[in-house]
Amino acid sequence: MPPLTIDARGVTVRFGKFTAVNNASLTVAPGEVFGLLGPNGSGKTTLIRGLCGLVPLAGGTATVLGHDVNTESERVRAQIGYMSQKFSLYEDLTTRENMDFYAGIYGLTAKQAMDREDELIALTGMGPYMDQYAGRLSGGWKQRLALLCALLHRPRLIFLDEPTAGIDPVARRDLWNLLFRLSAEGISLVVTTHYMDEAERCARVGYIYMANLLAVGTPRELKEMPGVTPPGTRWLEIYDLNTAGLLEKLRKIPAIQQATIFGQSIHALVEKDRSLAELGLENVKVVDAEPSLEDVFVTISRAQAAKI
Amino acid sequence: MNNGFSFQRTYAVARKEFLHIIRDPATLFFAIFIPVIELFMLGYAINTNVRFISTVVLNQCQTEESKRMIRMFENSQDFRVVKYVFSEEEMNWMIRSGKAKVGIKIPEDFSRQIEAKRSAQILILVDGSESSVAGEALHVSNALALQESLKQFLNDNTQFAVDARPRILFNPDTRSANFFIPGLMVVMCQMMAIMLSANAIVREKEKGTLEQLFMTPVKAGELILGKLIPYLVLTIIEFTTILFLMWSVFQVPIHGYVMTLMMLTLPFTFSFLGMGLYISTQVNTREAAGQMAMGTMMPSIFLSGYVFPLDSMPVFFWYVAQVFPTTWLIDAARGVILRGAGFSELWLHSVILWTMGIVSFFLAAMKFRKRLS
Repeated sequence: MPPLTIDARGVTVRFGKFTAVNNASLTVAPGEVFGLLGPNGSGKTTLIRGLCGLVPLAGGTATVLGHDVNTESERVRAQIGYMSQKFSLYEDLTTRENMDFYAGIYGLTAKQAMDREDELIALTGMGPYMDQYAGRLSGGWKQRLALLCALLHRPRLIFLDEPTAGIDPVARRDLWNLLFRLSAEGISLVVTTHYMDEAERCARVGYIYMANLLAVGTPRELKEMPGVTPPGTRWLEIYDLNTAGLLEKLRKIPAIQQATIFGQSIHALVEKDRSLAELGLENVKVVDAEPSLEDVFVTISRAQAAKI
Repeated sequence: MNNGFSFQRTYAVARKEFLHIIRDPATLFFAIFIPVIELFMLGYAINTNVRFISTVVLNQCQTEESKRMIRMFENSQDFRVVKYVFSEEEMNWMIRSGKAKVGIKIPEDFSRQIEAKRSAQILILVDGSESSVAGEALHVSNALALQESLKQFLNDNTQFAVDARPRILFNPDTRSANFFIPGLMVVMCQMMAIMLSANAIVREKEKGTLEQLFMTPVKAGELILGKLIPYLVLTIIEFTTILFLMWSVFQVPIHGYVMTLMMLTLPFTFSFLGMGLYISTQVNTREAAGQMAMGTMMPSIFLSGYVFPLDSMPVFFWYVAQVFPTTWLIDAARGVILRGAGFSELWLHSVILWTMGIVSFFLAAMKFRKRLS
């Protein structure tokens, strides 16, 4: 088995007295797409910064691409790509100028830069936009350019901090297709996102809540976590035309522990031994269901909040 | 650290920064045209040599002697009679309303007193609201009175016991341009260096591009140096432009070597680039950076001897003034341009400016590196 791309054990980051990341352990294998989820301010970005060696670790160890992030952060940074949550290229520079700048920063020779740029232009379809000012590009193209700049130095690991926030669905799908192509080339990707469908696409997912990495695993593993479906309960998917009205009613029934609308249906966590009549679900279509990732995150967040 | 300082990365930063400059016409305009406009303003409009002070005359004597006295005032070229009046009220009104700065009253008994070999009085009223004008008026009228008195005492053949023959060196015509423009050149360089560099890092903070840069292998020193090189070049271009205009348009002769001046301007620019950079690390918006740059600049402009002579400052402020690189470069610039001074005269300036430049630059770089991690 090839060595892990990221091997983080008990990573802790503190800013003064405030603990931004508490005892987080995770691994990322070569070519793996790892999704990092969690509410805003929960510590996602800080965890990434810690893994890049940008903020010192107050506890734990992290090895990224074989280098300790605390002692060899420069080596780490030379081999990773990073795409931040807001567009952080130079808007008054053209696409090409932005690329040339990053090629220079990463120490590519002129020849290397030219070859690599051609390669990436072919991959991303950036060709027609090379001489446009980056500030004039649409959201999707801006993201592609940012990704392209992050790929110039052939990193073996890329961190993407909410790469799809605020771009249209088509651009979003294109970007994900691009990410999977990179993954197929053996590049590891760590992606933060708020979108559940994106989380489902990841090979493995980590969920961070109030500085604690509460769960790490494949989406399937997370859904099968014992805490998500406590003993004596089961998940139901309930279909009704008037979902909002039904939800009102269901929330008043004590045997229904959770209920949330998903489009045309309601996801509910109910006590196992109750009949449909007892649950007030006689006249609607009900099927057994597995929890969605959102159900998982909501349930473990509540459990964690209750602990504190 | 696996590899040391990289010229390639520094070059990449410098090239990018250069592109920012040419893509931002407002900054470029601010940087190049404003100083030139100010140069013309100062070169043409401002003249600190007091001449032709508007004067009102109340001649109550109306004798040949009194009229000769008034002509003497006029011939000195310091006074220009704007009106002859016939009452004190009128004279006072002229001064209060600002129509005249000086009032000369020759009393009725002026000629009689002289003939009687008694002290003849003339009253000189001076508007003190402009100190330089008042000083000049006072000075000249005293001199004229003294000269006139001596004439009464002495025969035409008698020699004065002491005859002061002042000769003004280096700026024989006491032209204001010669005094102001070398100082202006320095002040403009200072302004440009500090303004540009104060924005350099803040702009990247505002746009979020700094965060991206932190994720790359670029080092603090490379980033700073790369950013400063284009500004250094721009400042030197500006310096040369003003120098050229000073010489060609305002005909201020350059008696020393331009190279000497350049060698002193270089560390000076570095010290202000460093200061700007320091500001850049302290604040998060360009507005705040601009304010702080202004705040830093003002005292060094007023205390540097650019406008007000250093020698007439209270001792405390004289010492304060020595802290500013501006003070040293203005003195050096006047030295090189007007007095033809070289390194043998300016070695102290050179040592101090280089020290200030290097210290300020490294302090800023260290501060920046600390903020980075």
